[in-house]
Amino acid sequence: MVDIANRHDKTVTAEKRETVERRPVPRWMITLASVAALLVVWEIFGRRINPVFGSYPSAIAVAFWELAVSGQLWSALYESLRPFVLGYALAILIGVPLGLFIGGFRIAEAALGFYITAGYAMPLVALVPLLILWLGLGFAVKVAVVFLMSLFPICINTWLGVTAVPKTLIEVGKSFVAPDTVILRRIILPATLPYIMAGIRLAVGRAVVGMVIAEFFTTISGLGAVIINSANNFDTATMFVPIIILMVMAIGLNWLIGFVERRVAPWQAEISGRDRD
Amino acid sequence: MGEVTFLDVSKRFSLRVDGEVHQVQALDRVSFTVNDGEIVALIGPSGCGKTTALRVAMGLDPSTGGRVTVDGREINGCGHDRGMVFQHAELLPWLSARQNVMFGLEMKGMRGQLLLETAEKYLNLVGLKDSQNRRPHQLSGGMKQRVGIARALAIDPKVLLMDEPFGALDAQTRETLQAELLDIHARTGKTILFVTHDLDEAVIIADRIVVMKNGRVQEIMSVPLKRPRPDLGLVRGMPEFAETRYKVWRALHDGATVH
Repeated sequence: MVDIANRHDKTVTAEKRETVERRPVPRWMITLASVAALLVVWEIFGRRINPVFGSYPSAIAVAFWELAVSGQLWSALYESLRPFVLGYALAILIGVPLGLFIGGFRIAEAALGFYITAGYAMPLVALVPLLILWLGLGFAVKVAVVFLMSLFPICINTWLGVTAVPKTLIEVGKSFVAPDTVILRRIILPATLPYIMAGIRLAVGRAVVGMVIAEFFTTISGLGAVIINSANNFDTATMFVPIIILMVMAIGLNWLIGFVERRVAPWQAEISGRDRD
Repeated sequence: MGEVTFLDVSKRFSLRVDGEVHQVQALDRVSFTVNDGEIVALIGPSGCGKTTALRVAMGLDPSTGGRVTVDGREINGCGHDRGMVFQHAELLPWLSARQNVMFGLEMKGMRGQLLLETAEKYLNLVGLKDSQNRRPHQLSGGMKQRVGIARALAIDPKVLLMDEPFGALDAQTRETLQAELLDIHARTGKTILFVTHDLDEAVIIADRIVVMKNGRVQEIMSVPLKRPRPDLGLVRGMPEFAETRYKVWRALHDGATVH
């Protein structure tokens, strides 16, 4: 009797163990561990290197503190963000409709498509001196560089997205006698949204690079100026501060865009099963 | 009223295969009529032109010869007098079931309270009142196709055109939807032209069956089963069902007519 009861108990606990759900490690924990590991390794090896040739996290943190306290960092950040935000916003406002137009109309694709493809490969750094001749050394040229860097990935992605819209969905519109403009706005645009958001994400990195390039070539100002000045003074630790800030900013923007995407196109995340965690 | 007539409808198109251009005769002088309130099934092997015929009737593909008329008026492109049910429902994934039904109605110019009420009425007709706020990926295959049917019916077309509407569903769901379609037909009296490759489905649902082969109408057969057909299980057991099914099978296989 006892034996049987014991055996019974065992099976019960075994079943229980199976039904206990194994919770996966949260994403943020994995990210945090990865960052911590990188910082530790960097600190250990960075300290062995001549501070002119490299730096390490604690030295960069000290430099950050000094820049922040002196107020230099904040004014530089503000200087940089103004042309960045304007150029990037303009690229979205123009790139998305342009991509929809090129993808949606055969004639537009044939007439304009290859300019966009060529523009994406345009060596913009080489053209900055020319842009300076046109727009001067101030705010406008910085906006133009950021705009031109981020316009093409946004436009190309939107265009590709339009061509990837299933033909049958457009036929649904046609069979209910929807006019072309309604098909574009109510079928093609929402079906293209995931591609548009991917293009906007890709453009973040290029816009940041464009901003720094503009600051190097034109009036030395903003975060680009902090980089150049500290590099000229062989102050490598200070040089890393704006570089890291820019990278962190790109990550933040990327996250923000992802957040917006889940808001405006929730069905996409739901379909792919990425709406959780 | 809702009478569809195919009059010598032909459709040719070019197909480029390995650099060679082939002329394909998808439809070759197809003529038949679907009478008002009738259900006609188009059946035939794949590539026989049955889907092309339906798409021409909808106005999604232009014919290269002949004409299609609805109540005597020649069609010219898509129109609200025809409602299309697509093979995989083709709901817009970013809209809820109700919004999908509303889409068709809005294209017809309906607005406001009437729009909401009409959409709900037709979702109710297909038994989806409780799931009307779900998006397509939250619906099963059968529910999706119910929304597709509601969307097409809601615009109150003269004719319902259905392109293998149950072909992608599992056997059990298919049988349920066949019964529901017949029930909807009994209530609305719509003229229905539907494409299928399923022999049983054609015999169970249709009043007449148009057998197609190589772009031509090979034979048109009447189904000697009375309406209404509320119990499809009973229908399947009837000798008329078996006879008609066999006749269509023969027509599909060797073209020989059995009398």
